[in-house]
Amino acid sequence: MTSISKAELAVAALRNGTVIDHIPSEVLFKAVKILGIEKVKSAVTIGNNLESKKLGHKGIIKVADVYFPETTLNRIALIAPSAVVNIIRDYEVVEKFPVTLPDTILGLVKCGNPKCITNNEPMRTCFHVVDRDDVTISCHYCSHTVKSAEAQIIQI
Amino acid sequence: MVLKCTSHFTAMNTKSLVSISDLSRDEILSLLETARKFEARPNRRLLEGKVVATLFFEPSTRTRLSFETAVNRLGGRVIGFSDASNTSTSKGETLKDTIKMVSNYADLIVMRHFLEGAALYATEVTDVPIINAGDGAHQHPSQTMLDLYSIYKTQGTLENLTITLVGDLKYGRTVHSLIMAMKYFNPTFRFVACKELDMPEEYKAFCRDNGIKYTDHTDFSPEVINTSDIIYMTRVQRERFADIMEYERVKDLYNLNNAMLADARDNLRILHPLPRVNEIAQDVDDNPKAYYFEQARNGLYARQAIICRSLGIEVND
Repeated sequence: MTSISKAELAVAALRNGTVIDHIPSEVLFKAVKILGIEKVKSAVTIGNNLESKKLGHKGIIKVADVYFPETTLNRIALIAPSAVVNIIRDYEVVEKFPVTLPDTILGLVKCGNPKCITNNEPMRTCFHVVDRDDVTISCHYCSHTVKSAEAQIIQI
Repeated sequence: MVLKCTSHFTAMNTKSLVSISDLSRDEILSLLETARKFEARPNRRLLEGKVVATLFFEPSTRTRLSFETAVNRLGGRVIGFSDASNTSTSKGETLKDTIKMVSNYADLIVMRHFLEGAALYATEVTDVPIINAGDGAHQHPSQTMLDLYSIYKTQGTLENLTITLVGDLKYGRTVHSLIMAMKYFNPTFRFVACKELDMPEEYKAFCRDNGIKYTDHTDFSPEVINTSDIIYMTRVQRERFADIMEYERVKDLYNLNNAMLADARDNLRILHPLPRVNEIAQDVDDNPKAYYFEQARNGLYARQAIICRSLGIEVND
């Protein structure tokens, strides 16, 4: 077990819950949206433009008393592949892992092709990761490709 | 970048044909062989008692007539529509509901839709096999099969051919699908286009990833023509250009006339998905190297073969 760093405590100490760290500042609010943080009833602390050795500036999300399913956390890998999840119990980091981009992304990204069937039928979108290096995804239905950083996230 | 081939979520609807990339090398060769049998004898009562629905949400005379002729020559019955404006689609019915409804009546659905991915989605909502007869600018695998059959028939092989693609290589789905299908046969491609209509980078990357040789040309030169086995012409469309002056400048750069074929190889054949406008001069029509009208006729045999594959019907000599 490792103690959470003083720099992170500067944002807000967390007794139990989840900390998602190392989110690039420019996608922090997209990450908030993907995780559905708006609907969380417990204490949420969001920090942005914090100094980061790795990223220059970073964002951080701390959610008290909530442990997200790993599949949910991995959805933010689409926009923040560098993000790291800390599971906190009684002020201690009991688990720490990087998010992992799944091969298939369901119901999260809106296809940028207006002539795609998914933009015209009441149906779930589906994207496949075609390039992990620059995180490029391709629509399962129309093959339209987009870099994940530019992907439009569906309103949850 | 890797060009992802379309694949189904489940193996439930494996007899459908949505994209040319659904087919393996062996399946392509088997379809060509079946097409050859149908060319020798097109009228066979293999679809006796079968009903085929042709759902054309977007009008297409040539493709629809070709599919309907194929069904009729095989002794099957056709239901369907050639224009969605008289159907429940115009009342706001979803594609899913239309497909589920028609699935109650038909053994096979041939569909064309203006939306991209429509045919793949259809395979996910029904167990009835779907043949994609074109989904927007996306896929049109039966066109690719007839192109492959035309190449195979005129060259005697699909292997090691030099294929020159000319005109609109940016938006032309037929040339994109042809590249994907030819990956099994060690082709050399020449891409002849102006920079506005150049082959998209994703297809060039597909070539590189699959070891397909290609060269880019902005000049439709004698050197290119005289070393080709197949020249595949496409139409340069005015509406593709943001700048009309640019269109005026390039519109005639990629036209073919008979004099340009004087020193071409004997085995060269000119293909075009049709309709052509002025990219192939009328004087080419009488040249034995012109093959675009026969190419359209091959669509019947290729589609007969595709229909039988989807219904699991074996075709004997």
